Amino acid sequence: MSSIDASSTLRHTVWVLRGNPLTAVAAVGAVFLALIAIFGPLLVPYDPVASDVPQALQPPSAAHWFGTDQLGRDVFSRIVIATRLDLAIAVTAVSISFVIGAVIGSLCGYAGGKLDRVVGRLVDVLMAFPLFVLAMAMVAALGNRVENIVIATAIINLPFYIRFARAEVNVRRNLGWVEAARACGDSNVSVVLRFLLPNVLPGMAVQMSLNLGWAILNAAGLSFIGLGVKPPTAEWGIMVAEGARFISTGRWWLVAFPGLALMVAVLCFNLLGDGLRDILDPRKRT
Amino acid sequence: MTSSLLRIEDLHVTFSTRGGLVQAVRGMTLSLQAGETLGLVGESGSGKSVTGFAVTRLLDRAGRIAAGRILFREQDITKATSGDLQNLHGAAIAMIFQNPRAALNPIRPVGAQIADAILAHRRVSRQEARTEALNLLRAVQIRDPERRMEAYPHELSGGMCQRVMIAIAISCNPQLLIADEPTTGLDVTTQKVVMDLLAEIAAARGMATILITHDLGLAARYCRRVAVMELGRLVEEADPLTLFRSPQHRYTRRLVAASPTATSRVEDLVPEGEASPRVEVKELPPPAAGTPPLLDVQHIVKRFDDGVPAVENFSMTMAAGESVGLVGESGSGKSTTSRMICRLIDPSEGEILFDGYSIAKIPARDFHRSPLRKDIQIVFQDPNESLNPRFSAFDCIAHPLLRLLKMRAGDTLRRRVEECADRVGLPRDLLARFPHQLSGGQKARVGIARAIACRPRLLVLDEPTAALDVSVQAVVLQLLDRLRREDNLAFLFVSHDLNVVRMMCDRTIVLRAGGIVEQGESRALFANPQTDYTRELVEAVPQFGSPPSLLPA
Amino acid sequence: MSASTKTFGMIGATFARAGGRFLSSLPALFGVLVFTFLLMRVLPGDPAVFFASGPNAGKEEIEVIRKQLGLDKPMPEQLAIYLYDVGRGNLGRSMMTGQPVAKDLRERLPASLELTLTALIMALLSAVPLGVLAALRNGSIIDHGVRLFCSLGVCVPTFVSGLLLIYVFYYLLGLAPDPTGRVDVFTALPPPRTGFLIVDFLLAGDFEGWWAAARQLMLPAFTMALFVIAPLARITRASMLVSLGSDFVRTARSVGLSRWRIVVTYALRNAILPVITIAGIVFSTMLGANVLVEKVFSWPGVASYALDALLVSDYAPVQGFVLLMASIFVVINLLVDILYGIADPRATVA
Repeated sequence: MSSIDASSTLRHTVWVLRGNPLTAVAAVGAVFLALIAIFGPLLVPYDPVASDVPQALQPPSAAHWFGTDQLGRDVFSRIVIATRLDLAIAVTAVSISFVIGAVIGSLCGYAGGKLDRVVGRLVDVLMAFPLFVLAMAMVAALGNRVENIVIATAIINLPFYIRFARAEVNVRRNLGWVEAARACGDSNVSVVLRFLLPNVLPGMAVQMSLNLGWAILNAAGLSFIGLGVKPPTAEWGIMVAEGARFISTGRWWLVAFPGLALMVAVLCFNLLGDGLRDILDPRKRT
Repeated sequence: MTSSLLRIEDLHVTFSTRGGLVQAVRGMTLSLQAGETLGLVGESGSGKSVTGFAVTRLLDRAGRIAAGRILFREQDITKATSGDLQNLHGAAIAMIFQNPRAALNPIRPVGAQIADAILAHRRVSRQEARTEALNLLRAVQIRDPERRMEAYPHELSGGMCQRVMIAIAISCNPQLLIADEPTTGLDVTTQKVVMDLLAEIAAARGMATILITHDLGLAARYCRRVAVMELGRLVEEADPLTLFRSPQHRYTRRLVAASPTATSRVEDLVPEGEASPRVEVKELPPPAAGTPPLLDVQHIVKRFDDGVPAVENFSMTMAAGESVGLVGESGSGKSTTSRMICRLIDPSEGEILFDGYSIAKIPARDFHRSPLRKDIQIVFQDPNESLNPRFSAFDCIAHPLLRLLKMRAGDTLRRRVEECADRVGLPRDLLARFPHQLSGGQKARVGIARAIACRPRLLVLDEPTAALDVSVQAVVLQLLDRLRREDNLAFLFVSHDLNVVRMMCDRTIVLRAGGIVEQGESRALFANPQTDYTRELVEAVPQFGSPPSLLPA
Repeated sequence: MSASTKTFGMIGATFARAGGRFLSSLPALFGVLVFTFLLMRVLPGDPAVFFASGPNAGKEEIEVIRKQLGLDKPMPEQLAIYLYDVGRGNLGRSMMTGQPVAKDLRERLPASLELTLTALIMALLSAVPLGVLAALRNGSIIDHGVRLFCSLGVCVPTFVSGLLLIYVFYYLLGLAPDPTGRVDVFTALPPPRTGFLIVDFLLAGDFEGWWAAARQLMLPAFTMALFVIAPLARITRASMLVSLGSDFVRTARSVGLSRWRIVVTYALRNAILPVITIAGIVFSTMLGANVLVEKVFSWPGVASYALDALLVSDYAPVQGFVLLMASIFVVINLLVDILYGIADPRATVA
C-alpha cells in the first residue's frame, strides 16, 4: 500500500522538478549547503581562526578569493566554516518548534473548547511582541550563549506552527472520512495522532522550509547586534558586524560575502518551500 | 424569414491543463430563436457549462474556442473585439451563475451593483440609475426593496442573492439570457420561486433563455426544447414530452431512465440490457411479536452552544430490514438527527434504544468501544471527502474490520475485503488505488463497501448520492436496494430529493426547523400530503414527464 | 434604509467594534506585562544591582532598591508592585544615562517612529502599485520581474542591505551624507514640537535644516522599506490575482462594466483587505528591524538605546523597551482592526 504511495509521489516530484527548474536548483542548493556544513571544515584552504595581521584587509585576490578581514583571516574559509553553525542553529530551532507546535496545534484544533481558548490566549500574548525584540529580550534574560539563541528562535517560531496546525486540523475534522474513522472504531486521540497529523504534516513541512530561511536571518541578526556568538567564532552575522566598521572606508568584501552567503542560504530554503508547496498542492501556486 | 437569434455552428472548445489539451466541446451545433427557452442538459464533463461560457465569451484563460462559429444576430462573435464584447455583455447577452452569493461583490451594496450595470450601458444619472435599480428589485419580487438596496450579499439568503443576480442580468434588457445551473444549492421550494420568476420575466420581456442544468426534470418543466449533451457532443434535441416518451439516443435513454420521477421504481432506473441481473431475494418472515423494534428513538432534542434547538422532540421507531426516509430542506435538522442516531454526536435530551439497549447513555466519544458500534454504520454524502486520502481502497474497507471486528492482517482479512468489493460491484484490481485515482461512482462504492464490511443491521445514509451524476446515482441506488434485501438491512435514508426517497423508502418522515411535520407510508404521503408544508414540498419538485400545462405559453 | 442611516449605523458599529477589540486586547496587554515581568526575573545575577544607579552603588543603596522593587517579597506581591509601577509610568532608572527609563524612552521614541513611519509609507507607495501591476499583467516580463524581486527581497538581511547601501551611496557615489545620526553636527535642531524633525523643521520654516534632516533620513528609511516591500508586493499581487479571478469579477465582466470599474471598484477594493491585515503584521517586523537599522546608521532611537543598555548589562531600559514595543504593536493592531472593519462590511462586531 505505502509503496504505491511513495512511487507515485516520486514520479510527481520528478515531474514538478522538471517543470519547475527553479525548485530543482533550490533543492540542489540546499543539499550543497548541507554538504558544506558537514564537510566544509575539512576542505577549507586556510585556518579560519589563524590571524595573519600583515595580510589584514586585503581585497579579493587569487590567493584569498573573498579577501581577508581586519585580523588577516581568510574570509572564504570563515564563511565556509560558518555554514555549519548557522545551519545547525536554524535546523535545531525549527525542528523543536515544529514538533511541539504541530502536536499542540493539532490537539487544540480538534478538541476546541477550553484547551483551545487558553492556548489561543498564550499564543496571542507571544505574538504581541515584535519577534526580534522578543528574541533579544530572551537571550538577554537567559544569558548570552549560543544555546539560548536556539531556544529563543524556537519559542518565537512556535506560535506559527501552533496556529497553522490548528487551522489545518480544524478544516479537516468535519470531513466525512474523519467521521467515518470514528464510526469504524477509532477514538478521538487516535484520530488526531494517526490520521489528522499525517495529513497536516506535508503543509507544515512547507512552513518548515520557509521558516528555516527566516531562522537563519534571525540568528544572524542576533549575532550582528552582539548576542549569542562571540569572536573568534565564525558566523555570518558576526562577520558582517565585524566588517561593518570598515564599510565607510570602502572595504566592501567584509560585508558583501557573508551577506551573499546569507542570501543564498535563505533563497534556497525559500524556493524549496515554494516548490514543496507546488508538489503537495498544485492549486496553491502563486 | 426566420433568422435565429443565436446559431452555434460546429463549436470546438479546448482547455489547456497540466495533463495536456482537453476537448471540452467537440463539434456542437445548435440554434435558438428569439424569445425561445432551451434547456441544455448533461452530466459532469458534458461540456454544457463550457458551451454557455463560450457563447458569452467568458471562458477562463485556459480555455479557447478552437474551431466553429457562434452567430449572434448573424454576427460571428468568436471574432468580436473586446470593445464589441463590452457592448454585447449585459445589453444583448447576459448570464447568471451557479453560486449567487459568490457571484456578487461582497463589499458593495446590491443596489449599487445593479446601478453599476445600468450605468454601463445607458446614459443616465446616478440618481436615475438608483431609481431604476429599485424598480428592478421590485420586478424580481424582493420584499422591502428600499431597505434591501443597501444590503450586502452576506446579509441576504441564497434565493435573494440569485434574484439580485437576475435583476443585474436583465437591467439592460438583453435579448438572450444564459442561466448556468442557477438553482444548484438552493432548497427545492426556493428553486421553484426562482425558476418561476425567471420564466415570468423571460416571457414578459420576450427574452430568449438557455437553461444549463443537470436536472432533466427542471429543464422539462421550464423549457420548450431540451438538448442533451454527452462528452462535448450534442446527442439529441427534442421537446420534453417526446424526449420522455421516446428517447432516440442510447445516452438519452439512459439519462431518462435514471432520472427519478414521481412514479419510477428502483428497478427501472437502469434501462434493460445495462442493469445487473436482479437478485430474487425471498421475503424474510416478520419478527416474532414482542421483540423490541430495531431502533426506538424517544423524544431526542439537540441544543447547540447558542441554546437554539436544532432538533426538537424527535421520535421514531424502525423494524429490522425497514427503510425509512428523512426529508427536509436546509436547516431542518435531518443531518443532526442522523448523526445522533449513529452516535457521532450526543443528544441533549431523550433516549435511543437499539435492539432494546440504550445507546444514548453511552457518550459519543466512547461509543467506538461499544459492541453495538459495528451494528450501526454510516454512508456519507460527498465521496470526495469521505475517504481518507492516504488510504488505498483496500485500507478503507479493511479499516472497520481491523478496528471493530479486531481482525488481523492476513488471508482472512483479504478475502473479506474482496468479498465486500464484489458485493458492491467494485473490480478487485481497483482495491490498490487511492481515492484521487478513482471516479465518483467508484469512490461511492468504496464508501458503501466500508459501511457494510462489518455486516451492520442499521445503515444511516446521509445524502449518499447527492454529489453523484444522475446515471451514477441510478446504479448506486440499485446497488443499495439490492444490499438491503440481501442482508435485511434497515436504512435511515436522509435526503432532500423527494423522488429518490419515495423510491427507496417504505416510510418517510418530513422534518422542518428541527421538528416532525408529517410521517407515513412513502407513496401515500407524497400522493396525498396532509400538511401544507409537505404539499408545498411535493409541488415544488419539477417533475419530468408532467403534462405540458406547466410550461410557459 | 437610506444610505445615510446605513452610514451612521456603520460608524456606530465601527466604534462598538473598536471598543470591543480594545477590551479583547487588554488580556494581551496584561499578558505582555506579566511575561516581561517573568522574563526579567530570570536574569542572571541580582536584579537589585541592575536596577540601581550604577555598578558602584553602595550596599545601602542596593538594599533600598531591593526594598523599593520589593524583591524580598513573594512573587505575586512583586507582580502587583511591578504593575503598579508600570501603571504610574515608573519603569526604573537607567544605569547608562542616569535618567528614569520612561524619560529616556519618551525623548528617543520620536526618532524611531519617524524612521519607521517614513519607511512604511515608502514601502506601501511602492509595493502596492507594483503588486497590482504584476497581477494585471500576469505572466508578463513585469510579473516575472516583480516575483523575482519579491523572492530575492525577503532573503536579504536588513543589516547587510543597509551597509551595502552605505557603501554605494556614501562611499562610492558620495550622494548620501555620513550615516551617523539624524542630522549632521553643524545643523541646529529646531524647537521640539512633535519630535519629528521633518515636521519640526517645516514648522520652524528652516528649509536648510529640513533638507539636512531629510537627507539623513533617506538611507535608513529606504533600508527599512526595502525589507518590507517584498512581502507587501507579494501579498498585493496574490490578493489581486485572487480578486481578478473571482466569481464576482466574472459577473462584472458579463454585464459589460468598464475595465476601470472592474479593476478598481470591484477587484482592487476587495484585494486591498488582506493587504491591510498584512501591513499590520509587517509593522511588527519593522519594529524589530528597528534594532538592526538603528545600529547600522547610529540612529538615536529607542532600539539603539535598549541595545546599548543590553550590552552593558543595564536591564531596566531593555525591559522598558520591550514593553513599549509590545504596547505599540497592540495599538497598531487595534488601528488595523478598525480600518479593516471600515473597509469590509462583513466583519462583525467582536
